[in-house]
Amino acid sequence: MEKLSFRLTAPNRAGGTRAQAIVGVVASGNLEVLLERASPADICTIDIATAAHGFGAVWDAVVRDFVARRSAGGLRISINDGGARPDTVALRLAQGIRKIEEPER
Amino acid sequence: MTAVTANTVSLSWYEASARQRIDALVDAGSFTEFIGPELREMSPHLAIFDLPEQFDDGVVIGRGRLDGAPVLIAAQEGRFMGGAFGEVHGAKLTGLLRAARAQHQDVLILFDTGGVRLQEANAGELAIAEIMRAVVEARRDGLSVVGLIGGRAGCYGGGSLIGGTCSRLIVSEQGRISVSGPEVIETNRGIEEFDSRDRALVWRTMGGKHRFLIGGADMFVDDEALAFRKAAIDALKVGRRCDVTVLEAEQTRLERRLQRFGEAEDAVEIWQALGVDNPTDVPALPTSAFLRAADNRENADDAR
Amino acid sequence: MTLDDILAGLFPTGSKIETTGAIIAGQAVLPDGRPIHVLGITQGQPLGVDEAILLAGHVIEIVKSGDRAPILFLVDSASQRMSKRDELLGLSEYLSHLAKTLLLAEAEGHRTVGLLYGGSAAGAFIATALATGTLVALPGAHPAVMDLPSMGRVTKLPIDVLKAKAEATPVFAPGLDNMTQTGGIHAIWDADAPLAPRLAAVMQRPKGQDDRDRLGAKRGGRRKAAEIADRVVALAATSYQGAQHG
Repeated sequence: MEKLSFRLTAPNRAGGTRAQAIVGVVASGNLEVLLERASPADICTIDIATAAHGFGAVWDAVVRDFVARRSAGGLRISINDGGARPDTVALRLAQGIRKIEEPER
Repeated sequence: MTAVTANTVSLSWYEASARQRIDALVDAGSFTEFIGPELREMSPHLAIFDLPEQFDDGVVIGRGRLDGAPVLIAAQEGRFMGGAFGEVHGAKLTGLLRAARAQHQDVLILFDTGGVRLQEANAGELAIAEIMRAVVEARRDGLSVVGLIGGRAGCYGGGSLIGGTCSRLIVSEQGRISVSGPEVIETNRGIEEFDSRDRALVWRTMGGKHRFLIGGADMFVDDEALAFRKAAIDALKVGRRCDVTVLEAEQTRLERRLQRFGEAEDAVEIWQALGVDNPTDVPALPTSAFLRAADNRENADDAR
Repeated sequence: MTLDDILAGLFPTGSKIETTGAIIAGQAVLPDGRPIHVLGITQGQPLGVDEAILLAGHVIEIVKSGDRAPILFLVDSASQRMSKRDELLGLSEYLSHLAKTLLLAEAEGHRTVGLLYGGSAAGAFIATALATGTLVALPGAHPAVMDLPSMGRVTKLPIDVLKAKAEATPVFAPGLDNMTQTGGIHAIWDADAPLAPRLAAVMQRPKGQDDRDRLGAKRGGRRKAAEIADRVVALAATSYQGAQHG
């Protein structure tokens, strides 16, 4: 396993009130993303454990783009990765944001 | 009490994740998870094999309401390590079954498993034995333990043995139930014994329709979350103890199955012996037509 | 140790055991004069639908007799029978049924003791030895979930690598010591000591409590299972009270 950690300044604060959300599954070419409201409102932390070694630069690009474009401020994001492609990672991150913004029942 | 509502969106049970299945099964918004992913109770053993972990170790457990009644629920995630039983995964289920007895609540187990997780095989094997014991103890206290089978990974290995201890089993066509998987039989006994790549053979030997016809499952439903929900509500209405009367009836039922079908070479022969018209058509029949054709099936009422 | 040696050692006053293929069934007398039922699967044979239904039938007859005498279940088996016929006929139901009858017998007052004296694996192990109230083993017994070469094929790891990993943890590799450390086997009997007193000691154990996960934690082979299961039981109790008052 390769572990990567990012602490990024987030221009947009995550919406909604849910304390946490989880999307995806750890399988070949797939990943799970756990989102928790834990960081200061202008910070997003992302911790990754990945089965695919040596892709730090790709992760760096994907998560920076995600934090810049989506509302991820105030989130602590944890990822278990089974070797997903960058587009799958971006999709799951977006799904995670949508899920934590869903109204609570 | 708030009105009981299900999530009515059409959802394939086979395609859905463990969490989606629970959400679609229980009354809307009623699920509370025990030891959720935020607690990060992951397998302590996968790292030895440099394999990725999952925050819930591939099983979601908790309490919800089904048509207003409180139930304990476990759902395996068949896409993570094939839904296999490891130490943490298994202990979550063991704890849930023990809690059923302590709280006197029925249990739903949404199976989706290839059996024991080999990377922690001894812990997984013992978990299966502990869960089976806890299921029987819960049933002896008069509780229902209902198994729902229709996921990607099917219900194989030790999972199928736990299934056999349940008071009732709900199955879809996709729900395969078997101890040894097709590949295991082929590897051990040769392709002449079982060709694991012959998907039609796999489905008619281990699939939900065959299991329902021989009494290996009690209710047959469409691959739809709502159909599983309705069946689960009905299944919980039937009390089923696990006493000497029930097990003697099961003994008679399973002996009769060997007498009736013990010489059969293929599932189609069994379906023919059951009086199914055009038995070779069974795999292609839609649910309503299949249920009509299954009129003379063997059932396991009061004998499981 | 052969089956005959074991039976002679356990029951010096003799036993009446019938053999049907790999299945044995009969009665013996304990040194204190009390009767004990003896069942078993022997000769390292697989457990299929035919053997399972035969054994389960014996257990049900014992329960119906109402004598509440203990049951000793001897195990030297292979795994479940891996065949098209057995799966076609619903092997999982037969194995579960056998396990259920053993659990029923225990709940109805028959102490159940498993004695693993040879091999056993996978579904056969779960349906027999692991369905007894107390499982003991003789030295040289070799329980397994799957043998290491097959495990190597499935995990795509060379056998040498698997062997090296097995040195570091008892959690996955086959073998008596590993199964004992994870709590599956209560005790390994000393082969050189007389067997009858060992069985008599097992007969004094408290009944009806599944303490295998606790044993596994104590012995260090399964550190998490008991703690996780306990936490779930506690959480279910708390959330239920919350639901009642909320």
